Amino acid sequence: MASTEGALTGTGYINHHLTNLTFGRFPEGHWGFAHGAEEAASMGFMAIHVDSMAWSLGLGIIMFLIFRSIAKGFSVDKPSKVQCAVESLFEMAQDSKDGTFTKQAENLWIAPMALTIFVWVFFMNLMDLIPVDWLPTAAALLNGESWSSISAHGAQTYMKVVPSTDVNIALGTALGVFLMIIYYSLKMKGPIGFTKELTLQPFGPYLVPFNLLLELVALLAKPLSLGLRLFGNMYAGELIFILIAMMYSAGLGLGVLGGFAQLGWAIFHILVITLQAYIFMMLTIVYLSQAHEAH
Amino acid sequence: MNINATLIGQTIAFGLFVWFCKRYVWPPMVNAMQERQTQIADGLAAAEKGQQAQDVAEKEAAQMLSEAKSQAAEIVANAEKRGNAVVEEAKTTAGSEKERIIASAQTEIDQDVHSAREELRSQVSSIAVAAASKIVDKEIDEKTHASLLDDLVKQLKAG
Repeated sequence: MASTEGALTGTGYINHHLTNLTFGRFPEGHWGFAHGAEEAASMGFMAIHVDSMAWSLGLGIIMFLIFRSIAKGFSVDKPSKVQCAVESLFEMAQDSKDGTFTKQAENLWIAPMALTIFVWVFFMNLMDLIPVDWLPTAAALLNGESWSSISAHGAQTYMKVVPSTDVNIALGTALGVFLMIIYYSLKMKGPIGFTKELTLQPFGPYLVPFNLLLELVALLAKPLSLGLRLFGNMYAGELIFILIAMMYSAGLGLGVLGGFAQLGWAIFHILVITLQAYIFMMLTIVYLSQAHEAH
Repeated sequence: MNINATLIGQTIAFGLFVWFCKRYVWPPMVNAMQERQTQIADGLAAAEKGQQAQDVAEKEAAQMLSEAKSQAAEIVANAEKRGNAVVEEAKTTAGSEKERIIASAQTEIDQDVHSAREELRSQVSSIAVAAASKIVDKEIDEKTHASLLDDLVKQLKAG
């Protein structure tokens, strides 16, 4: 909460929900956790969102634990339901890759990467469906705050549980994709081929600077659109969940209405989070297939 | 909403996860899935083969059945023919036997008739002599009248 002493306000509530638990270097030079959004902003780049990173890594680890346990207990004759679900995920990743890539551009990394992206992003988005106050309140209680203090003034501990609503997480994943685009462009076309692609089209060799400008914008737009699309969708969805949650403190009538609104929005969001994960995966495959092909 | 080192951290985490997936998760799962696909394909092929074998066996069985049926019919026909032949043979044998028996009975009867007639004739001559001697009331010497008697016997024979 921005104002540590005041009563719980709507603005404070929203700000609390949208502020990450930030660990970083203060302008004065020492390291520590930020107390509030302003302090976090003052740290600049030398800070890390502990909550986003922890949830992101934790969800990724959970994903791999599930995959490993399925792979170990793989039953040829009697597949369990979870195994069937995981298998269809693997097949979806493989099919998406096979459908986009041309046959000669064989790359064994693409399908595993597509699977990782889809499931990981889906898991991160899935955190959106957990009611917005549960985990932050639990974190505040674990941090030693009392229940009465939390309900009177709002929680003081920052805990943002949906990693994909953190622009760093969304853009960081997209940056990983971007590095792969650069790597495979250089590997498949060679430095000269890649440079030619960036400079000699679309307008031929006489307009090299203009071509370079266009192509660089197109190249940089790929990770930006990838990351910001995910971030924007998830951030907006999360914000609406927070606004709906505020209705609970506004009397019985609005509270009941809020309950229905939250249910409806959550059901709709099941679609959104799956779609966003799928779009992220498909666009990654498309970008990488473009990186593999000479124009 | 600040861009900070989380960006780099997430990129590194992304790279690690992709590597981990490619290295430790993808191969065992895909291999197992392929193994199962092969197994299923093999099973389906075996089922089809079994189906074909069954079809062939069914055809063979039907053929054998029809063969057996025709054979049985043939056997029955043969048996009937044979039976008829046996009956016919028995009939002809019985017929000829009957004729033979009748013929032998006839000869016997003829012989009996003949011998009876001979006996009668021989008796007739003595009766005739006895009757004649009674009639003439005197002894007739058989030796003197032998020619007369023979003549009489001849006449009787002829009669």
